[in-house]
Amino acid sequence: MIYLDYSANTPPDPAVLEKYLETEKQFIGNANSNHSAGEAVRRLLADVTDNIAALLGVLPAEIIYTSGASESNNMAVKGILRAQRHVGRHVISTPLEHPSVSGPVTFLNEQGAEVDMVRIDGDGRIDLDNLRELLRGDTVLVTVTAVDSELGTVQPVDEIAAILKDFPNCRLHVDATQAIGKIPFDFGNADTVTFAPHKFYGQNGTGVLVKKRSLVIEPLIHGGSGLSLSRSGTPAAGLIAGLGEALRLSLGALEERLEAVSELNAYLKAGLRSIPGIRINSPEGAVPHILNISLAGVKGTAIQKKLSDRGIMVSVKSACSTEGTPSRAVLAVSRDRRNALSSFRISLSHLTERREIDALLEALGDISRECGTEAGL
Amino acid sequence: MPDISRKMPENNGKITGDYEELPGNNGQSSGTCGEMPGSPGETPVTDCRTNPAAEQSARPKSALIAMSGGVDSSVAAYIMKRDGYYCEGTTMRLYRNEDIGLGSFRTCCSQKDIEDAGEVAFRLDIPYEVLDLTVDFKKHIIDKFIRVYEAGGTPNPCIDCNRYMKFDMLLKVAEERGLSYVVTGHYARIQYDCERGLYLLRKAADPGKDQSYVLYMLGQEQLARIKFPLGDIPKDETRRIAAEQGFVNAEKHDSQDICFVPDGDYVGFMEQYTGKTYPAGDFTDRDGNIVGHHRGAVHYTIGQRKGIGISFNEPVYVTAKDMAKNTVSLGPENELYKRGLVAEDVNWILPPDKSAIEVTARTRYRQVEKKGTAYPLPGNRLKLIFDEPQRAITVGQAVVLYDGDVVLGGGTISGTVDGI
Repeated sequence: MIYLDYSANTPPDPAVLEKYLETEKQFIGNANSNHSAGEAVRRLLADVTDNIAALLGVLPAEIIYTSGASESNNMAVKGILRAQRHVGRHVISTPLEHPSVSGPVTFLNEQGAEVDMVRIDGDGRIDLDNLRELLRGDTVLVTVTAVDSELGTVQPVDEIAAILKDFPNCRLHVDATQAIGKIPFDFGNADTVTFAPHKFYGQNGTGVLVKKRSLVIEPLIHGGSGLSLSRSGTPAAGLIAGLGEALRLSLGALEERLEAVSELNAYLKAGLRSIPGIRINSPEGAVPHILNISLAGVKGTAIQKKLSDRGIMVSVKSACSTEGTPSRAVLAVSRDRRNALSSFRISLSHLTERREIDALLEALGDISRECGTEAGL
Repeated sequence: MPDISRKMPENNGKITGDYEELPGNNGQSSGTCGEMPGSPGETPVTDCRTNPAAEQSARPKSALIAMSGGVDSSVAAYIMKRDGYYCEGTTMRLYRNEDIGLGSFRTCCSQKDIEDAGEVAFRLDIPYEVLDLTVDFKKHIIDKFIRVYEAGGTPNPCIDCNRYMKFDMLLKVAEERGLSYVVTGHYARIQYDCERGLYLLRKAADPGKDQSYVLYMLGQEQLARIKFPLGDIPKDETRRIAAEQGFVNAEKHDSQDICFVPDGDYVGFMEQYTGKTYPAGDFTDRDGNIVGHHRGAVHYTIGQRKGIGISFNEPVYVTAKDMAKNTVSLGPENELYKRGLVAEDVNWILPPDKSAIEVTARTRYRQVEKKGTAYPLPGNRLKLIFDEPQRAITVGQAVVLYDGDVVLGGGTISGTVDGI
């Protein structure tokens, strides 16, 4: 199998799995229990959390463990809106958000919140002028992605945070799921930040919401005190220890891995140039981990199937607000509905080998030839 | 109201629509101000070849195509596009895995259909999107399906789905989008008769594929805004076009059975869906004597012979059900024959102008029509008396009345009539 879908999921690092197993074997108590077995787990989690906080440059008290990025996003969006309901109920979001952001936003819209979608530029970035126009005194939440999962566009989070300084009622939630562990990220700008370790060689089933200490949000899961009032439940000690390990490993090797992926990305792009009908949709300045392309005249889902039949895994925008419609992100950058329907995503890792990229290029070359007549090439 | 019989030319005056007796029925067209080539019908139709409703629309050549992912609606979309219409495609998502009792990690057949429809829309280069109608489908189709079974009938959910989902919903969507027509891949024909000022529903040119039976409930406003581009072409031609166009579904089988009960175990579906178990009960003979035990009355349908599970000296059939007593009556085949039926929720496409109308009628989808006389009753009901007694007339199924190839109307069978 040639796996080129690392933005969907990464294989856990063996060291992460080892840490997980070791923790699960060693700590049998519940962190919420008041005996020494519980105390032992609490001490472990305190240490892990201190380390994570130090790696991210935040306070240990600002880290909330969840079941994954989807829960973190839900908690932030719903939690902020509910806590701020006396101030206002206007939300600004983007068409680039993951369903775990756009879903709760739609839900809140149905519950009476006002929602505006900020425009996307031709380079895939949020139109900051449009954001300024949309902001109001009763805007309580701006929710943006740090790196959009389809094109890999890096969004101007710092500039957005600077704009929001004039709006004291407004909180900024950043979904950094495609950024953390891959590119440098400054946690200082946002009120809440989501990430999950399965995107950087950790495990599924756990995630983080980093929440500014001063910010009060309503919990999603009520009951018990737990390690954090914002999220009750028995902390998943093994998964959290594994998360800490994954974060340590990927942040430790961040520059080195980023460089490796950048080289692979350049190699892939160079190879794609010789295939007729290929169009690159990811803008310049996108993260090198994600390359969104189209093959003219062939639907993205059809290419995904053809590649999958040859053992090559890529991704096509699937979950979205309206099924069957073209990707809004790709539509925004290409202004071409048909091209957007043809788009698919290749996502790379430092684990990717050049021969894997060669195999992909060969397969795309074949598909381009096969479908050349129908594509009008 | 037009008087059908009065308008019929002398030589064509009797209603003959029984395809069993007249397999090659190909009567002459008999319109007074228009031609109707190839029409096998008896009702004179004045075909004006215009559509006054669409003429008034801002975008007369535009259509919303209901794309099921099957070959028929794909070719229907192709024909509309070829004929110069601005087209938008849509597939209605009617249910999800959990609605039909499948685990959420299994790939649902409806998902494959959506992918196929999207693929064909891409090929035709028409905008396409999926409409989520799962809530309406539960309310209007699945709940009613269960209600009819529990009341002792045998429902026809496809007819309700056509009415509430395909046409009511899609016509609303088309209107919102400023599109003049809703197009489906049904094999039937719609014609505007300018003399009567009525839209008529007629059988398809290909009698083997005719689907007019499931469309009897369409009203005038709906018929004015619907197109069936496959009404004039044989199924083989549809497959040929699909193959020629390289559609992914050119070879796909026609859909069978009830889409939300893919394994055919409708009682299992109902038990899972409602959380009820349907209790076992007694089989009785005509006189009420207990002759055996059944697995629950909902399992049986009138006319059923197989699966009764007890042997008698002569073949026995399910002849009646009493849901209140939870009994199923068995009897010889001759007890299945009834002279007529009563139907409710009747829709007249060609409104009756007499108290008794000679018709041919179908009480099942693939049935040869039988001759009879229909009597319109107050409250959207009708009585139909057949010339010869008919076998296994089933409550819950549709009765559709024809005059030649013209659908006069139809309704839901609510009871049977033994004598006249």
